[in-house]
Amino acid sequence: MAQPVVAIVGSGQAGFQVAVSLRELKYEGRVVMVGDEPHAPYRRPPLSKTYLMGEANTEEVSFCSDSHFVQQRIELIAGKRAVSIDRARRVLRLDDDSAIEYDHLVLAIGARNRPLPLAGAELRDLFYLRTLSEADALRARMATAKSAVVIGAGFIGLEFAAVAAKQGLEVTVLEAADRPMARAISKTMSDVFTREHASMGVRLVLNSRVTRLVVDDGRVRGVETSDGQVLPADLVVVGIGVIPNVELATSCDLRVEDGIVVDELLQTSDPHISAIGDVATHVSRHTHGARARLESVQNACDQARCVARRIAGKPAEYDALPWFWTNQGPLKLQIAGLASAGCDEVVRGDPNGMSCSVYLFRNGKLVCVESLNRPADHMLARRLLTNGVAVTPQQAADGTFELKSLLAPAGAPK
Amino acid sequence: MVKLIYIEASGTEHVVTAKLGQSVMESAVKNNVPGIAADCGGVLACATCRVYVKGAWQEKLEPPSEMEQSTIEFSEDTTPGLRLSCQIKVTPELDGLTVHLPESQH
Repeated sequence: MAQPVVAIVGSGQAGFQVAVSLRELKYEGRVVMVGDEPHAPYRRPPLSKTYLMGEANTEEVSFCSDSHFVQQRIELIAGKRAVSIDRARRVLRLDDDSAIEYDHLVLAIGARNRPLPLAGAELRDLFYLRTLSEADALRARMATAKSAVVIGAGFIGLEFAAVAAKQGLEVTVLEAADRPMARAISKTMSDVFTREHASMGVRLVLNSRVTRLVVDDGRVRGVETSDGQVLPADLVVVGIGVIPNVELATSCDLRVEDGIVVDELLQTSDPHISAIGDVATHVSRHTHGARARLESVQNACDQARCVARRIAGKPAEYDALPWFWTNQGPLKLQIAGLASAGCDEVVRGDPNGMSCSVYLFRNGKLVCVESLNRPADHMLARRLLTNGVAVTPQQAADGTFELKSLLAPAGAPK
Repeated sequence: MVKLIYIEASGTEHVVTAKLGQSVMESAVKNNVPGIAADCGGVLACATCRVYVKGAWQEKLEPPSEMEQSTIEFSEDTTPGLRLSCQIKVTPELDGLTVHLPESQH
């Protein structure tokens, strides 16, 4: 009898982790991973940080040595794109007309940069920052650029801004909302970042929309904003979010909303197909009844492990606590849990300094903790939220109250 | 080149030749040693590269930074000798360092 086959579309953090976890769980079948980038799988987070600074090289951002794939019998097909899925026959087709018959298919296809909806956005020297090739192009331009304009004050835009400012570029960040990272973090924490970016030398302009790219001689030379201001720049970076790569799923009639819809086991509407990572939208006790499509390393890794366990015969609902980090110059922000609009904010530490945590409560229940340069608060928050420990806003607000005392002592039943 | 020894929870031993300047985490990952997840890639964000250092080696290592110390102190793992291997840089003095790996990083 032929060996069973797990096919994985996507060789990013989620796809790579499925393959590795299957082998760790002693899965004996074939594991075939298809990635559309030419490189072996690599870590994306350093691209906007140490890699961009020149502190890490390509080898250092790769997940493992090439020999690991051979040793672990992971068949990597790099530089090929999956184009269709025949669900009835369980066949995945690639853009070189080759086909892979699968027993289980994992869609870890990720997301792509949301393009700037303006004329000139197709020009090659408008920079994005998601792939290794994009990071290389950006790094090369940064070597000679004196000024940069960043469109979008999200995580990527601000991580880039911190690096560019450190390298001596004059950096302006334009943000349409009234505060940075508005979709993801509390008002209190946004305000800390607004202030600290200013002290890093980054000019952050809020409530500002880009209406036109200034193009000269086929090159982007700057941007014009809605109030008619023209900002010249040697380098324009776009970080306005991503679009999940759902097309492959849509074309074979899997259920798709803002992402490929999966159940508590991370299974799509076809039991032979799972979806994980940036492309999947899921529910769990940590999403508070809503669907969530999370773009994070934690979500990619933990969802991958959950699916690998199911394929290896140990199914369990996805239950991992979401957590996240971003490093921007001297600012190390760690987030545990998921907040939503309308949470009550309680602050520990001094939000006028460089070390504080914001505890977010929804209807009196702790749902999220943002910690700036306070890893102890973050680690503790992970345990409190994972174990569903009741914390009151009063306890969180009282800096002398030991939140650790709310946890059951080590070894005691939870 | 420095020799490092990783011992899995099952007792399986891995001896690798590490490069100077790499971290003990990177040396494991790049030499195909299982049991170190290193989800965050070495930036002190995840605590999934935990190792246990025993006996005299504890003294020979640079003490943990304040950030590493608080991450360790507040993690769920209370095993003595706990360190985050992404924070231990390989130096010539570490030749022969033995670290023990947890049963699971999660």
